This record gives sequence, structure tokens and C-alpha cells, in this order.
Amino acid sequence: MAAQASFIGQKNKKEQVYTDPWHMMNEAPRTPSFFTGSEVIKEAVRRASCDIMVAYPITPQSEAAALCGELFAEGYIGDYFRGESEFAVMSQCAGAAFGGARVFTTTAGPGTMRAMENFPMWAGARLPIQMIVTCRGINSPLSIQPDTLEISYLMQTGMLVWHAETAQDFYDWILKGYMVSEEPDVHLPLALCCDGFFVTHTKDMVDLTPVDMCLPPYDPYRSPVPCMDMECPPVRMMRDPFVMKSNYISYATHASWQQEVWAAVERSRKHTIRWMDGLIDADDTDADVMVVASGTAVSQSREAIAMLEEEGIHVGLVKVKTLRPWPGEEIREATKHAKHIIVPEFNVIGWLAREVSATVPNNERIHAGPHVCGGMTMPPEIIAAEIKTVLGVKAPSLAGRGG
Amino acid sequence: MSKERIKIAEELFDIMPVEYQDLVKRATYGNGQRGWKDIGNAKELIEEHSLCAGCPESMAFRYILASLPNPEDTVMVGSTGCTSLVFPHVAVHNIHSLFGNQNAVASGLKRALTVRFPDRHKDVVVLAGDGATVDIGLDMTLQAWFRQEKFTTICFDNELYANTGGQESGLMQKGFVAKMAPVGKTFEKVRLPEIARESGCHYVVNCTVSKPNLIEKVIKNAVHVAREIGPTYLQLYTPCILEIGKNSMEGLQEMRDSEKPTERFAYKEYVSEPAKELLAELAAKEKERKAEAKKQLAGQSA
Repeated sequence: MAAQASFIGQKNKKEQVYTDPWHMMNEAPRTPSFFTGSEVIKEAVRRASCDIMVAYPITPQSEAAALCGELFAEGYIGDYFRGESEFAVMSQCAGAAFGGARVFTTTAGPGTMRAMENFPMWAGARLPIQMIVTCRGINSPLSIQPDTLEISYLMQTGMLVWHAETAQDFYDWILKGYMVSEEPDVHLPLALCCDGFFVTHTKDMVDLTPVDMCLPPYDPYRSPVPCMDMECPPVRMMRDPFVMKSNYISYATHASWQQEVWAAVERSRKHTIRWMDGLIDADDTDADVMVVASGTAVSQSREAIAMLEEEGIHVGLVKVKTLRPWPGEEIREATKHAKHIIVPEFNVIGWLAREVSATVPNNERIHAGPHVCGGMTMPPEIIAAEIKTVLGVKAPSLAGRGG
Repeated sequence: MSKERIKIAEELFDIMPVEYQDLVKRATYGNGQRGWKDIGNAKELIEEHSLCAGCPESMAFRYILASLPNPEDTVMVGSTGCTSLVFPHVAVHNIHSLFGNQNAVASGLKRALTVRFPDRHKDVVVLAGDGATVDIGLDMTLQAWFRQEKFTTICFDNELYANTGGQESGLMQKGFVAKMAPVGKTFEKVRLPEIARESGCHYVVNCTVSKPNLIEKVIKNAVHVAREIGPTYLQLYTPCILEIGKNSMEGLQEMRDSEKPTERFAYKEYVSEPAKELLAELAAKEKERKAEAKKQLAGQSA
């Protein structure tokens, strides 16, 4: 087996220095820059030492996927091409990851759904692919607008699922994401989600790490399963293919491997806590009312909380950063004093509220909503109104707003 | 040479499975002259298989694995079906992921290996059934060819879905009565070899696996052309004796009957101009090597 020496301190062909990731992310100077979310994805990938990126156009991730093509043309990515559909793209990503490459891709909405068969396979094959999901509607009639319904499907695949609130989250988490998902005791794919348009198409100040620093390359020989490159012994994998057998050993093998995949999700906790400073951010956990939210619903909640504060209503906030692993213990602790837990979401079914309901005691405290979907925005006023309704405070009629 | 990669530490040799010890001692990794004649003399790269007795697919597997020019640097990609029951027994790295996505997986794999090993040849060979290649995976089969991905696609054509119990497939003959074709298949066998040529494959062969020396030749050609020039496609008739109502010992005859000049598996070949040049070059080198060997042999005996 080809042993890989440390690359730290060496330069890549673009003269970037392979840098200790902890130093690069936490200690190196940052430069404030005014970028769209799509441009931020490009800047993170520029520093991620990716071997392969596979692209496919679908709104609202097309710009980011095309910008990564520019990175390839500039020499920052080993290879890049446009696949023929999301199903094919995710299989191409799988092939590249099986072959020992660090792989990056992006998708959205119907693309996520079309590719879905691949995701449990990625997890089961322990491929640490990173996939950006810029969420959009998946319903009929056709919609290209923001809506986070697709995340609820990704949460059952065995992938790590993180939900970024801002472009800054995005930038940091793309780079930190590889560090977590490539750990030998994790080695799982990561779906790094954001709310399409709100994050991808708006400009924001983002503090970037130095452009001449990049992550060390991926070492496929740290994988818990063999890399398919014929550089290590081609052992016969099993005496009888388990798919053929209807017996206890076969079932037990499949069952234990599924359990192992989910155990690996759990093992990612310690790495994620270290890199992301916890799976949640919690403010004012002594408040009677807590909002629990993820993605841009966090930003809107923050605005609503500031509005209510002016009226003398004190509300706390839990920002859920990772959905898989699920921060159950953290959310229980942060909401233990709360009499009311408000869960605003950008989707019709309220998957986050369901998860929270299954997590906290006395879950009659949970108020699932407000829900917006199909591309609607979530004005802070409707969150504030929901909270006032819960508290029995008279709220002005929203329908009359501006009237 | 690659035997280094599979060598066992001396202290641990005796506790390794016998078949693995055999691989180290008697397999043909790294032997440039390996071929079907090694079967029976050397350790094969396929252990047992769990296919039906007399299944022509098992013959095809053995010939192909004996003929890969560079197994120590070859990665295979399979799909769901009878082939996926055999791959776990194969001593080259191989990937099964989903049904029908084999050419997409191979595209990513080949590019990854090219990025990671820019100075070495890493061959990628896809081996899947006709359902995977022509029906559920046709999009990805063709798109890989359009993009000129440099790997070989082998289709085991048994003209139906064998592993699920004999349902109609696109490569089934018109009129054949099967599950899901209760009144007989209503449209013609898909002409994938012609489509492969039009889609940019540089080497296309349609034949049966009745002749091991022929399989050795086309496998070597297909892998070399894919390595140097672009996509190649082999469509090999491996009849499902079970589903066409034959007995275990009748597979070979079925293939011989189907490769007669007027039949659908009469040998057909397409070679692009650049592929012709490459194959001529390789043939010239081989001739030279043989002449040299002969000279040396004569020198020794003199």
C-alpha cells in the first residue's frame, strides 16, 4: 500500500501551501469580502484541494457549479465535467470516490430527488463525498423557489446533513466538512444544505481564509474500507454474496452494516463539535419562549426576537447546525426551561418540528410553525405573531399589514 | 511488479486462506503473456462462483479474467444481476453500487485514477448484463461514449432479465414470449453495437463466448484501445440456459448455433481508424517479441 507522507508545508501546482486545517480555519488571518453565496462556494472549493467535481445545471445551484468549472480551468481542481443527470452525476461522484478522490458536487430540489437512490449507497459504501444542496421546491406544479422539503429525505440516508444559515457558514463548513467526513471513524458523505436563493443569490460579507492556503489532500488509505485502485490486496470480499442468501448470517451482516453506518454518524459528533463549536448555537436559554430553527429561518427568527425584545417579550434562540448527527441532548438542555418552543420552517410538513417533538420531554410545548413554502419568504412579523399568539398577547392582523 | 502488493508477511503466510496463498504463488498478475491458456495451469482470478451449473456467463467470466492484459492495475465495475453474484469472488478490485449506473461510476472512477496516477495505466472495465446496459442504464452507457470516456464496456447479453426470473429486455428477440412479454416481445432486438459505433466507440465486437481464444483477443484489443484512444464496447452472448429451456450441457451448442453467419451473433466487428493503427502497432510489437523469443530459444539450444 502506498503510504502517504504529510503534505503540510508543501505547495500545490497553484503555489498554494497545504496548511494544517486547524491553523487555516481558526488562526490564519481572514479577509472580509463581499460575495454571493455561489461565489463563496467557489472560494471555499478553491482552498479545498478537490480532485474531482461533477456538475449539472439546476436552479439555484447552476452558478456555483459553473464557477467551480472556472476553478478547474484555472487548475485548482483535478478534473471537472458535466454529467447527464443528477442520478448519473451522483454515480460519477461515487466512482471517483471509490477510486480514492476527494469529490465535490452540488445539486438542488428535483435534482436531489432524482439522485436519491445514490445517497444511501454513498453512505453504505462509506464515500466521503461532499454535496452542496441549495434547497428549492420539489412539488408540482413546477417551482424553482426556496423550500427545504428535500432535507427531510436526506436525513434518512445515513449521510451527514448540515444546514447552513449564512454564506459565512457555507464557506467555513465546506472546508470543515471535509475534515469531519474524512475522519477514519466517520468516513461518510456530507449533504451541506442551504436555503436556495436566500443564501446562493444574495451578497454578504464573508471572512475568507488566505488564498494561498489550502487543505491537505485526501488520503484514501485512511478509509475504513478499501479504496478501489488495485494498490492494496484484491481480497475476495466474501464466500457467498449476501444478496443471494436468505439466512440469518446474511440478514445479520446487512443489519450490522446499517447499524455501523449510523454509528459512524454518531461518531462524527465529537469531530463536529470540535470543528463547529457545537452542533447548535443557543442564546438566552433562560427565556420562557425558545425558537428552534435551522437555515435562514434562524436569521428571520433573530429579527423577530429583536422586534419582540423592543416590546418587552424575551425570547431565546437555538440555531440547529447539524441535522445528522441530530443534536438531541443539546436541544433538550437548551429548551429545558422553556414553556413554549416555536419551530418556524421553510416547508409545508414541518420536519424540524417533528424531530424536535421526538426529542424533548413535554412536547406539548412545541408549536410547529410558522410554515412557509413554495418560495414564500418568512417575514419576522409572522414569527413574532406566532409567538404572541402562543403567549396570548394580541397581535395585529398580518393580513392588514400595510393597509 | 504487482505481486509485491499482494505478498503476505512470511510469519502470517500459513494462516491466510489457501485461495489467497494460491493467488500469491500461482496467479498471473504482471505476466504480459497471460491468456485463456493459463486456465488450469495457474491460479485464476475468479474463485468459485454461484451461477447455475453450465451457465455460459461463468465461462465468459473465466475467459475475460484470464485475458485482462493488466489485472494488477485494472478495476472493474459491475451492476445488479447475475454478474453481481460473481464479483465478490473476483481478485481484482470491483465496484457494485446500483443497478444501471455502471458507466457513470466507471466515468468517475477512470477520471479519479487518471488524476491520482498520472504516470501509470489504470484500466477500467465495466461488465454488466443487458438490462443494466441497454434498458435502465442506456442513458449512462451512451453518455459515457459521447464523452469519449476511456474504458471498456462489456455487456453480457442473455436477451432477458435473468436474475429476476426471465423478464423481457430490450435485447430480447422480437416475438420471444417471456414474463412481461406475455404475447411475445413486440419490437426488435435493440441494435446496440451499431449504436455504439455511432456513439463514438472505437472498437465494437458482437459475438458469443464459445471460443476462448477469440474472447482473449477481443478483450485485449478492447482494453488497449480504451486505454489509449477512447471507449470500446463488447456485446457477448451468454445465454441464460435456464430461461430459454436448455439443460446445463447445452449452453455451448446454443452459442454455436447463434453465431452462424446468418444468425444474430455472427461475429461482427467495428474498428475506428485510430484504433486500427494502434492494433497494428501492437501486433507488430508482439510479432517482434515472438521473433526475439524464438531467436533466444534457438540460441539456447544451439
